[in-house]
This record gives sequence, C-alpha cells and structure tokens, in this order.
Amino acid sequence: MHPAASIIFFTTASGLGYGLMAWAGILAAFGQMPLHRGLGIGVMVTALVLVSTGLLSSLLHLGRPERAWRALSQWRSSWLSREAVAAILTFIPATVFAGAWIFLDHLSRLAGVFTALGALITVYCTAMIYRSLTPIKQWSNPTTVPVYLALSLMTGATWLHAFLLAFGAGSARTVLITGAVAVISIPAGYTLKRRAWHYDPTPAATIQSATGLGGTDIRSVEWPHTEENFLLKEMGYRVARKHAERLRQIATGAGFIAPLLLLVVTAGRQDWLATAAAILAAIVMAAGITVERWLFFAEAKHTVALYYGR
Amino acid sequence: MTSLPGKTDKKLGLVIDLDTCVGCHACVTNCKEWNTGGHMAPLTDLNAYGKGADGVWFNRVHTYEVDDAPGCSRTVHFPKSCLHCETPACVTVCPTGASYKRTSDGIVLVNEDLCIGCKLCSWACPYGAREFDVFEGVMKKCTLCVDRIYNTNLDEVDRVPACVLTCPTGARHFGDLGDPNSDVSQLVAARGGVDLMPELGYKPTNKYLPPRPRRTAAADVGATAELVSAPGGFLGWVDRLLSR
Amino acid sequence: MSFTDPQEPDGVDMSPVVADEVKTTTCYMCACRCGIRVFVKDGKIRYIQGNRDHPVNKGVLCGKGAAGIMQHNSPARLRKPLKRIGERGRGEFVEIEWDEALQLATDWLGHIRRTDPKQLAFFTGRDQSQSLTGWWAAMFGTPNYAAHGGFCSVNMAAAGLYTIGGSFWEFGEPDWEHTKYFMMFGVAEDHDSNPIKIGLGKLKGRGAKFISVNPAKTGYSAIADEWIGIRPGTDGLFIMALIHELLRAGQVDLDYLVRYTNAPWLVIQEPGTADDGLIARDASGAPLCWDRGSNAAASALRADVTPALQGTFTVDGKTCIPAFELLAQRYADAKFAPDAVADTCGIPTATIKRIAAELAHVAFKETIEIAVPWTDWAGRRHESMIGRPVAMHAMRGISAHSNGFHTCRALHVLQMLLGSVDVPGGFRYKPPFPKPVPPGPKPAGKAGAKPDTPMPGLPLGFVTSPDDLLLDPDGTAIRIDKAYTWDFPMAAHGALHMVLQNAAAGDPYRIDTLFLYMANLAWNSSMSATAAIDALTAKDEDGTYKIPHFIYVDAYASETVAYADLVLPDTTYLERWDCISLLDRPISDADGACDAIRQPVVEPDRDVRAFQSVLLDLGARLGLPGMVKGDGRPAYPGGFADYMVNHQRAQGLGPLAGWRGYEGGEAGRGAPNAWQLESYIANGCFWRGDIPVGARYFKMANAGYLTWATHMGFIAGPEQIVLQLYSEPMQRFRNAARGHGAMQPPESHRARVEAAFDPIPVWYPPFEEAAIDRDEFPLHALTQRPMQHYHSWGSQNAWLRQITAANRLFVHRATAAKLGIADDDWVWVISSAGRVKGQVRLVEGVNPDTVWTWNAIGKRKGAWALKPDAPEAHDGFLLNHAISEWLPGGDRRPNCDPVTGQAAWFDLRVRIEKAAPGAWPEFGALTSPPGVVPGPDVLRYGADFKVRP
Ligand SMILES: Nc1nc2c(c(=O)[nH]1)N[C@H]1C(S)=C(S)[C@@H](COP(=O)(O)OP(=O)(O)OC[C@H]3O[C@@H](n4cnc5c(=O)[nH]c(N)nc54)[C@H](O)[C@@H]3O)O[C@H]1N2
Ligand SMILES: Nc1nc2c(c(=O)[nH]1)N[C@H]1C(S)=C(S)[C@@H](COP(=O)(O)OP(=O)(O)OC[C@H]3O[C@@H](n4cnc5c(=O)[nH]c(N)nc54)[C@H](O)[C@@H]3O)O[C@H]1N2
Ligand code: SF4
Ligand code: SF4
Ligand code: SF4
Ligand code: SF4
Ligand code: SF4
Ligand SMILES: [Mo]
Repeated sequence: MHPAASIIFFTTASGLGYGLMAWAGILAAFGQMPLHRGLGIGVMVTALVLVSTGLLSSLLHLGRPERAWRALSQWRSSWLSREAVAAILTFIPATVFAGAWIFLDHLSRLAGVFTALGALITVYCTAMIYRSLTPIKQWSNPTTVPVYLALSLMTGATWLHAFLLAFGAGSARTVLITGAVAVISIPAGYTLKRRAWHYDPTPAATIQSATGLGGTDIRSVEWPHTEENFLLKEMGYRVARKHAERLRQIATGAGFIAPLLLLVVTAGRQDWLATAAAILAAIVMAAGITVERWLFFAEAKHTVALYYGR
Repeated sequence: MTSLPGKTDKKLGLVIDLDTCVGCHACVTNCKEWNTGGHMAPLTDLNAYGKGADGVWFNRVHTYEVDDAPGCSRTVHFPKSCLHCETPACVTVCPTGASYKRTSDGIVLVNEDLCIGCKLCSWACPYGAREFDVFEGVMKKCTLCVDRIYNTNLDEVDRVPACVLTCPTGARHFGDLGDPNSDVSQLVAARGGVDLMPELGYKPTNKYLPPRPRRTAAADVGATAELVSAPGGFLGWVDRLLSR
Repeated sequence: MSFTDPQEPDGVDMSPVVADEVKTTTCYMCACRCGIRVFVKDGKIRYIQGNRDHPVNKGVLCGKGAAGIMQHNSPARLRKPLKRIGERGRGEFVEIEWDEALQLATDWLGHIRRTDPKQLAFFTGRDQSQSLTGWWAAMFGTPNYAAHGGFCSVNMAAAGLYTIGGSFWEFGEPDWEHTKYFMMFGVAEDHDSNPIKIGLGKLKGRGAKFISVNPAKTGYSAIADEWIGIRPGTDGLFIMALIHELLRAGQVDLDYLVRYTNAPWLVIQEPGTADDGLIARDASGAPLCWDRGSNAAASALRADVTPALQGTFTVDGKTCIPAFELLAQRYADAKFAPDAVADTCGIPTATIKRIAAELAHVAFKETIEIAVPWTDWAGRRHESMIGRPVAMHAMRGISAHSNGFHTCRALHVLQMLLGSVDVPGGFRYKPPFPKPVPPGPKPAGKAGAKPDTPMPGLPLGFVTSPDDLLLDPDGTAIRIDKAYTWDFPMAAHGALHMVLQNAAAGDPYRIDTLFLYMANLAWNSSMSATAAIDALTAKDEDGTYKIPHFIYVDAYASETVAYADLVLPDTTYLERWDCISLLDRPISDADGACDAIRQPVVEPDRDVRAFQSVLLDLGARLGLPGMVKGDGRPAYPGGFADYMVNHQRAQGLGPLAGWRGYEGGEAGRGAPNAWQLESYIANGCFWRGDIPVGARYFKMANAGYLTWATHMGFIAGPEQIVLQLYSEPMQRFRNAARGHGAMQPPESHRARVEAAFDPIPVWYPPFEEAAIDRDEFPLHALTQRPMQHYHSWGSQNAWLRQITAANRLFVHRATAAKLGIADDDWVWVISSAGRVKGQVRLVEGVNPDTVWTWNAIGKRKGAWALKPDAPEAHDGFLLNHAISEWLPGGDRRPNCDPVTGQAAWFDLRVRIEKAAPGAWPEFGALTSPPGVVPGPDVLRYGADFKVRP
C-alpha cells in the first residue's frame, strides 16, 4: 500500500497522543498523578495537539475534506466512522480532564477514566479499520489490534515518563511506575510487532483464485494500461525486500531497543541524566515507530497487486 | 446507508466469457465514453497528452499467460470491472454512506455528493474495481450502467450496459443472476461459471466463464491422426469419370 | 430482456436524456467502416454507439470506434492551410487562406500538367476514395498514382484475384454461420475487424474448431482451439505439406475441381518453345481439356465434357498434360512431405499430418447441405447446395513476405482442392467479387504521359503478359514507383513504399511534385523512416530539394506534416461527406452488396475542408476533364456530396449503388437521383442489396449470381468465372524470362523472374533470410496491430494512449534465457539495415525464433501534439528503423515480393543485445505547426453532460 505521509503521521501521532492521555487518565484514576500544573499543561496539551493534528492531517488525505463531518454518520457499520465518533467523543472527557487539571487544579478521576477509555477505544477503532480490510493480509489478521494498542500504550508511557522527569513533578514512586510501565511495554510491544512482522503475509487469495483460471502458474503479460494508474499508485506500492529488512532493523533499534536501553540504564534515577535519557528515549521511539508505521503501509500487499503480477 | 441490504430483489450483473474474449478493449473504451458523460461524469483524465497519463476507468482488460502444466501456456484476456458483490466490504467500510448497495437490483453505487474521498472503499475492494477521481476528490466506479439499463429514452434493445452492447465477440452478458431461470444464470450453470476470490467472502455477482479446454486431438473433430495413402498409387485415384 | 424502473429511493436519475439528436454515419477510426449512431448533445458528441442494423458491425463497436470522441477532439487537429517557411522538418509554417493554398497548388500542378504530367506523383494512404483519386490522377494525366495497397497486402489481393477472382482481405469472409473448421493464417486484427470478432464469437458458440497459424499468440490466436506458432515466412511450405498429404490420400474434391477450376485445362509441355506451359486453346481462344467422352480435345468451357485430370495428350501436335496432374506431380515430391518441412516450419510432423487428416475429415465426412435450389451457369438446376465446411482466412502474416504471393496462392489452391471456395461452410466472396481471373482492365499509361492529356484509363490494373508492363521502349520504368516493371510485374496496387527513395534518387526519373494524402510516410508507413526523412530533405547542389514540391493532406499534426511545403488540412470523419463505394473497397458481406456514406454530424470549428471536395475544386481549377462543365465552371459545385450523387462512371453507374434512378427505386444501375443522400440518411447511411437467396453460394458459377452481378455492373457479362489452379499469366512472364517474346527482362532479372513466375505455387526462403548470415541475425522480428490502436493515429487519442503509450519487444522466455536477457531489460534490436532500442517483455506465446512488438506505437518527439515527455517517444519504439526498402548488399534490390512488389515487412531478421535504458534512434523534437495547441493536462470530457437531479 502507498505509505501516505498524512496517514502515517496520523496513526503515529494519534497513537502516541491517545497513549499519553490514556496513561494520564489511568494514573489519575488511581491517584498516582501529581497535581502539577506544568505537567498537566505539558502532558495534556501535547496529547491533545498530537491527536488533533493527527486527525487534521488525516483530513488532508481526504479528497473532500470539507465534507469530513459526514464521516460521523455510519458508525453502525464502518470502523472509520466509529473511529471518528470515538475520537470526537474522547475530546469531551479529555478536555474536561485537562481543563480541571490545568485550570481548577483538580485531577478528576472520573474524567480520567473516561479519557483513558475513549483513547483506547479510538485506537482500537483505528486498528479495526485495518484489521477488517480482508484484501490486505498484513493488516487483516489478529496481530493488528494488539500492536496498535500496545504501541500506543508503549509510546504513551514512555512519553509520560519523560514528561514526569522533565517537569520534575512526580514522586519517586510515580516515576518508578511510569518507568516500569514503559520498560515493560517495550518488550511487550516488540513481541507483538515481531509476531506481526512474522505473520504469514501470503494472502488467502492467489492469482489463480483472483482470475478463476486455476493453472500452475499465471503471469501478467500485459497490463490494461502502460503507465501507473490509481490502483497501482495506491495499492501496488512495492518496497524492496532488502530495503524493508533494513527499515525493520531501524524500527526495532529506534522504536524499541534504544529506548529500552536508555530507560533501563537510568532506572531508579531522577537526575538530569535520567531526564535526558527519558526525553531521548521518547523522541527516538517516536521516530522508530514512524518508521514502523511507514513499513506497516509499505509492506502491506493488496490483492489488487495480484492482478498486476506484483 | 452503508449497511447492506439483507437481500436484494434482483442480482443484476455481468457474465464474462474468457473463452471468447479477444482482449480488444472495446468494452473498456465504450464504458469510458458512456460513463464520462453519465451518472458519474466525468471520468477525469490526468496528464492526458503527456507522461503519466492516468484516467478514471470502470473497466480494464488484463492479459495473462496461464500454465496448465509447466511450459504449456494459454493466453487469456481478462476484463475486470465491479462485480457488484452481495456482501462487499467496500460498502460497509464507508464512513459516510456514500457507498451503497441497492436493495432493488443489487447494484453497488457511490453517491458522489456524500463521498469524502477517504479511499477506504477502494482498499476494501479486493478486485481493484474502484477508481479515485483525484481532480474531483471522490471515488468512482462501475455503475452497471444504471443510467442505461432502465433508460426509457433509449430504445429497449439498447437498455444494457455499454460494455455488453459493444462487445464484438459477444463475450459479455448481462442479466439477473438472482433468477436461476435467466439466460445468464443458465449460461453460468452450463459453462461452470466461477466467482473471483470466493475465499474472501464478498460473494461477487458477476461470474466468469472459464476458457474451454483446447481441442488439439484428431479425435476432437472425429478425424484420424493421419491420412492413409489412397489405393491405386499416386494419381491412381484420380482416374474416374468426372463431369463438368 | 429489459428491466423496469426498480423505484429505488436513492435519487439516481435512471432515465437521463442522452441526446438532442442521434445521427447515423460511418466510423473511420479504422478502415473497417462500421455503422455508427452519434448521440449529439448541446452540439457536442455525447456518445457513439454501433448501428445495430448495419451490415458490417451489427451494432458492435471496437475499442477504437468507441473512442472516436477523443479522435474528434484531438489537440493534434490542424486548423488552417499551412505554408512552409523554414527548412523541411523544422515545423516552421505560416497559416494561409484556402484561396492562397489552392492557388499555389494550382500553379504547381498546372505547370506540370502543361509540361510533363508524370512529374506529379499522387499517392494516397489510408483512404477509401480510390475511385475518386484514381480517376482524378487519370484525368490529370499522370501514371504516378496508387493507394497504399503495395505496402499493405497486395500479395494477398493479387494472389486472390489472379487465382479465384476474389480474395481474403475484406473481399471475402468465412461462412461464419456454417463452417465447422476454420483456419486463420497470420491475422492479428485485419480490416474486417468487427466482422471477424463477431464471427469468431459465433464459431465459439457453435463449437466449430478454430486454428490460428501465427508466430505470436495474441488476440484471436489466444482464443483459438489450436495455436500453431509457425516460424515466419514458412507458411507456404506448411500449406504445401498439407496439400501433399491430401493428394497422397486422394482426399481431394475432384468434382469441384472439374466444375469450377482450370484443373482439367491442358497445359502445353514443349520445353524450349514460346508456348511451353501455356494453355492449349482452340481457334476461338477457348481453353482445351481432354474430353474422355469423345476422347478428343474439347473446349474446357463446355458443360457437356468429361474432362481428364491426368494423362498426356497430343493436341495440334503438341504434348499436353492437364493442369491438375502438373500440380499433383509438383506436390507429390517428398520435399513437401510433413517430415521434410517440419523443422523449417517449426511445426511437428504429427501436427501437420493431423491437420491434413482433420481437414479431409471435416471437408468430406461432415459435408453440409443447404436446401436451396440453384441454377448453374450452364442452366442446370441443383436441388441443394452442398458444402465442405472448412474455411480459411489469411492476411498480412503470410502476405508481407517476399514469398507471400506464392504462399497466398498456395492457400487458395488448398481451398480449391478441398472444394471449399464459395460453398456452404467455406470461404465466401463478397460482392462485387468474384471477378474474372484476373479482373478487368490493364494499367493505363503504356504510352507514357502527355501534356494536357488524360490517361486512357485508370493507372492501376491487372497485367496478364509482359506486353502489359509499363516500360519505355528503352526499358525504363514509366511509373516512379516502378510498378509493372520487371522488378515486380504484377504490382496491382502500385508501390507507394518505393516512391520517396526513387524520386530522390532520380531513378527512374525526378518528379516535381509529390501530392500525398493520408499516409504518414515520414514515420511508420515507410519501411525505413530514416530513409524517408532523408529523401524528403535531400537537396541538390543548388540547395533546392530533390523533391521540389510536397503537398500533403492530413487532418492531424503527424510526423509527415513537418516535411510538407503545403499542408491542406482535412476535416475529421465526423465532419464530412464520404462515400464508401462499391467502386473502391466495398463493405459488402457474402449475402449482399453494400455501400455507405458518411454525413457531417458536427460542423468543423476550424478552417478545414474535406479533402475530396478540395480535390474536385483543384480539378476544376486545373480544368480537368469531367471536373468542369462545357463552360469551364466546376462540374461539382456542391463538392464531394454533389459528386457522390451526380458523377457517373459509366451510364447509370455511380459512386453509390443505392436508390438510383429518378424515383430512387433502382439499385446498382440507374440515373442519378437528387434525393439519394436523403435516402441513405433515412436508412442509417448505408445501402444493402440482398443477393437473391439461390445466388448466395457458388457465385463463380451460379447463373442467378452472375446475372445479378452483371446487372449491378460488377462484371461485364454472366459468364462462368473459372478459378485458376494453374496460372497462365504467370507462365507468360516466365517464358519471357526464358527468352521468348518481344518483352523480355534484362539479363540481371531473368533468373529471378523465371523462378518467381512459376504458374504453380512454390516456396523459397524469404529474400532477406537468404541474403544474410543466419547466425548473425538468428531471430525474426515482426509487428502486430494492437486492436485498440490504428497505425499512428491512436496516440493522439487521450483514451487509447492510456491503454498503450509504449510498446515492448516480446521475446520468448527460453530465447531470452539463452541470451541472458530478463524481463524489463532494454535491448538493441539489430538488423542488417539498422537498429532500434526497446524494452523487453518475456512471454511464452511466441515462436522461439521470433520477437515482435506492437506496430506504430513509438512516436517522434513533438508529433501529434503530445508533450515532449510522452512515453510514446521515450519508451516506445518504431521497428521500422530496423527495416529497409532494400535487400542487404547495397545494390538497390527492392525488399519486396518479386511478383507484386509487396513490401516484405515481415522478412526482417535481427539479433538482440542487452542495452542501457533509453530510446534510440533519437530524432530532433518536431515543433507543432501553428494552430496546434497542446491538450489540457486535466481532461474532464463529459462533465457538462452530467445530469444533476
Ligand atoms: N513495421 C511495420 N510498418 C508498417 C506495417 C507493419 O505491419 N509493420 N504496416 C504497413 C501497412 S499495411 C500500412 S496500411 C501502413 C499504414 O501507415 P499509414 O498509411 O501511414 O497510416 P497512418 O499511420 O494511420 O497514417 C495515416 C495518416 O492519415 C492521417 N489521417 C487520419 N485521419 C485522417 C483524415 O480524416 N483525413 C486526412 N486527410 N488524414 C487523416 C493521420 O494523421 C496520418 O498522418 O503502415 C505500414 N507500416
Ligand atoms: N486495430 C487495428 N486494426 C487494423 C489496423 C490497425 O492499425 N489497427 N490496420 C489495418 C490495416 S492497414 C491492415 S493492412 C490490416 C492488417 O491486418 P493483419 O493482417 O491482421 O495485420 P498485422 O497486425 O500486420 O498481423 C499480421 C499477423 O501475422 C503474423 N505473422 C507475421 N509473419 C507471419 C508468418 O510468416 N506466418 C504467419 N502465419 N503469421 C505471421 C503476425 O504475428 C501478426 O499476428 O489491419 C487493419 N486493421
Ligand atoms: S469487448 Fe469483449 S472481446 Fe473485447 S475485451 Fe471486452 S469482453 Fe473481451
Ligand atoms: S467488486 Fe469491489 S467495488 Fe464492486 S462490489 Fe465488490 S467489493 Fe465492491
Ligand atoms: S471514498 Fe467515498 S465512497 Fe469510498 S469509503 Fe470513502 S466516503 Fe465512502
Ligand atoms: S456495466 Fe457499464 S459502468 Fe460497468 S463496466 Fe460495463 S459499461 Fe462500464
Ligand atoms: S472496426 Fe472499430 S474503428 Fe474500425 S470502423 Fe469499426 S468501429 Fe470503427
Ligand atoms: Mo494496411
């Protein structure tokens, strides 16, 4: 599939944003969130900005952005519609939660719970959009939803951890919790992603079934058109195997190994070094996950490619 | 509504005979000329006169070489348009309700006025039957010539899809595949018509008639493998009275 | 079947009004000439549909026809007459008014006509107005006229006309309704594109067996029951092996041969004499046979003879043998046995034997009988029509070779032996065929051209002996293309492909003006585009062009426009009157004679004029006979439409056969009818005259048909047309080569003429193959027509060019593997004459010794109003850059069939070598002429038609 920048940015940014707000909401719900206004501004504004720009950038991808509101109508059948509805609904508790925290110096447990729920549901809906696309085996398999949720939570935890350290706001306990959550989520996320990467991508359909022709081998000798058309540009994207392998290594290194090392090395500390390490971990991880997301699209093969012998 | 009708009154669709299709692209261009002024008008063409020409088409013809056994290949022309599936995800994924399946005849259409151009339906179609109009920002697709098949401004015989009307070899057929007695259903039954990618569960309405087995044995026409020499030797057989 | 409004509540307008008006006319996206219905809305073309009633296409359209909207809207359309101001090829023109343009042309042409009319070479390409253009040339007084047939498929036409008085081409068709076994040789698309497709659909539906003999397996071949991937240039041998098998087994229709062919005619066997090989004739000139009833020679044309097909007889003291025996002796030779030809043809022995057996089985065991009584030429009534349901069709694949004439003739011989010419289930003539063998008049011009004097007849015709050749007493060619010379004596269609180079070389002489209509000679219709461009730009020492004037008529900015001195812009096919006449290339089918018209459907929006009207106007300005009235005023002030109605070629015979006579009630013959065009339009722009039911088969010997055809003016009288198994006219040329008669070939030509003019079909390796080192050029290189493009026109069509904007070189996987070539690689295609680069596509459906590509997709940069980056000029390639008009050796031996002059396109031999990507050769980019503006980047045709609820 064509790795459109807007969609990659959207899924990465919103995944991170929702992960961040989810953890903030959960910690608040359990009374573990320090009532620090700077932290509130840092965490919640970042989360809301990430989520909003993500959503806005996904609008860029639309042919008719001015009609985007129509996407709210089909929640009964469409995961995209559900995602849009969930995203918008999540803004309500999230804004309440953030507002109370920042302006009223109050950490609403209830709003936190709903924010976390909304965030996770939204990420779930996003994942389900891909999960339900039968023509793309790399997406429509049981690994997609766990990976989306896990990576959202992983990036969220790592970023929250960094915020806590950066604002020097958390108690040692809170920092320990977020650090631990982040450190645990990384191998978990990686395990799931690895499973996804190793998931047998052979589509259920074959060129034999796609054409109904059977036979031992079917080769495309002429396309219906000599230049690339919408189908090929959108769904015939190919990334060289070698290239993909290298990018997987980068995604693994930046998205998982480096942040993990940085966090483990500075575990238990709350000094400038730990802070720097946590911030670095957060940034490197975001970059790594962007690469992961690029691959998620670029490596996905649509059954349409079968018709073109790709 | 992007929820699918539980059942449609008719299942209108096409039957395409791969045994007869010569790959002439007549159905392709006829579809284009009808539809560029029709219900989904226009079928925009980008870079029409330079590099990277890329237009919207509802019907395209591929060419394959199919090995029956290694080294023994057949060449098959393969036209492909929307199959008007019974349970197509291209409809259910649509967030706006622009993509829908009609209850009356089963035709899958896009309402351009609702479409936001998210392209999700094109991702959901395994067959590559939907094409995005970049200029208009909306998704377009085969309408099964909904503006022909009921069009009282056309002669009755002409109320068939443009691609069917034009096919010079008669490789394309149109009718109600929900009616087991219709000509198309009978044809599918007689020729063992198949679904494309049945394993994906979209239940395509359109059917493809597979190429007939090739006949390369003398027995296929009732002949012997070779001729026996005539009695009487060379030209001996010529010696009979012939009248003019 | 039709469905009623389903009342779906989705607001879709299911009955939009499609058109303000529907006009019928005739398609001209190719030469098939299908009937179309053009839906016009708001003055624009909304939709083009096939005309269901039309005899050619019966409602269907091909891929091109349905893209006519984009042809009509092509940005490459010319706008106004153009006069060259820069060097040829630079595209520097000024737009001029028609008056100035016509005055200029009249000045050039008037001078020529007053001094030496043969200084005008008037040649036409893709058109079907040959009865007008040929007549115009004759009235002008130049012998230098031809249409495009010489480079197209004259082998096919001439072999047929000299053998069965008809031909494949679009002159005949298989009996699609009845045939049970259909063999197609070397056809990718053909002129009869829609009828063939409709017919194949029928065969498939009926389960008749369909065999395609073709080195490449595409289109039609792909759906054949059996594909025979023959090695190019060897079909003759394959056919002769089939004949060998049939003769060996005695599976030959002797009754048919005796009744309808010259098989029993006695051939004189007196080696060394001038009569040797000629037909023994009686005092009245009638051919003789040996009547076994009277045991004496008797006129072979009598109905009551019992002719011998074998034996040696003495007539007038000369030894004679029936033609059939000579033929049988020839093919009985073991060198025509299947195992002897298998390797050369690349077809297994068993396959050849099996096909012979299948042919014999279907022809003789599955005979069909149609319960239609008929009367033969001798007045004998037959209660039914009995047919051999095997049919053949062939086209350029066997024709465009230097051995093509004989191969085509061999195929007709095979048909005759099977008794399947114009019988139920066999090959069928379309009126006006069959014609006497060979038809009609000789080529005019023997006396040369004289100032201010028309030719005594039409420039093209059929020679029957060396006396008919167009040679000056000193042996120089009378025609610029050397048609009807010893180079190619039976050049029945002329040789357009030789004109440019002959004219530039002054061989046989120089010309003053080249007047060319509708042929893209500076690109795809010259064997070598480079040589064509060189000839058009060659200059004398004084700096003047060797071809001093070049008037070109085109409708679009083709490659050739850039080289013209004066460009006369034509209309598109939807803007003009045209006449698809029985005098030209008819559109009849086997059951009826048909002709058609084109009527203007939309008005031109530019200053262009229909060429036929312009030609009549020029004729009037030049005062050509027939084009001016007694007082010097134009004879056809109403232009071509006027001519279509009022011109008479002979009393009562005109361009159109329908609705003749004052009342419009006559068909074929009749006085001009002022309302004729209205009648055509009311009938969908075509006319069809049914052949009487009892006259639809055995046309060559069917009294009903012969009488009807005589009335229609197709033949002079209702005499039986005897098919020529043995060709006496050929023998006359052969005897000349052997030193007999007044007209003899020069020494240098004797051996070649003697070999080429065998009266019984022979096979020899194609000339190029024989002349080159086969190891150096191990592969055959071919082109095929893509069904969705027409020669060079398609690329200006925004829709068609999306389907094919660049062509690949198709190479067999195994062949490529041996050469280390992979899919998508670029390769050099190198011949003895030149080279060109292209990108490879590996396939299996091709003869392993053959590579091929789609014809005429490669374009010159800047032509056709395409953007400079268009793939047509960067990724596409034109195989013609590797072809030549001349055989290897540099001694100007034409790369043509030695009988007809047919351009041997498919003799090309090449090798391929891996190359760096990128097109080659590179020509400079052409500049679009004034008025030709690039098309829009975003094309939204049809947006205005949208019906919004
Ligand atoms: N390598 C290779 N070369 C071949 C062949 C092959 O098989 N292989 N085939 C050969 C054969 S058989 C043929 S017939 C030739 C065909 O070759 P051409 O006769 O050159 O045919 P086109 O390329 O169609 O070009 C005809 C010209 O007519 C112009 N034209 C189109 N419509 C109109 C109109 O309405 N009015 C006027 N006045 N002009 C118009 C076009 O713009 C174009 O310039 O190619 C030959 N060349
Ligand atoms: N769509 C479309 N239709 C056209 C045209 C067009 O340009 N486009 N052009 C028109 C014109 S002008 C013409 S002349 C006709 C020509 O119509 P065709 O005769 O069908 O023309 P080609 O495409 O040259 O096809 C020649 C075929 O012969 C095969 N062949 C080559 N060499 C041999 C051989 O030695 N033996 C055998 N058995 N086969 C061989 C080639 O593979 C090819 O399939 O088409 C007309 N119709
Ligand atoms: S029009 Fe008919 S024969 Fe031609 S490509 Fe389409 S289906 Fe095949
Ligand atoms: S073919 Fe594709 S677009 Fe058409 S109904 Fe099926 S899934 Fe939808
Ligand atoms: S592109 Fe249009 S029709 Fe397709 S899913 Fe999106 S809104 Fe629906
Ligand atoms: S049914 Fe109509 S819209 Fe669909 S492919 Fe055929 S012509 Fe095109
Ligand atoms: S075959 Fe096609 S292009 Fe040629 S006349 Fe017929 S419809 Fe037109
Ligand atoms: Mo041709």
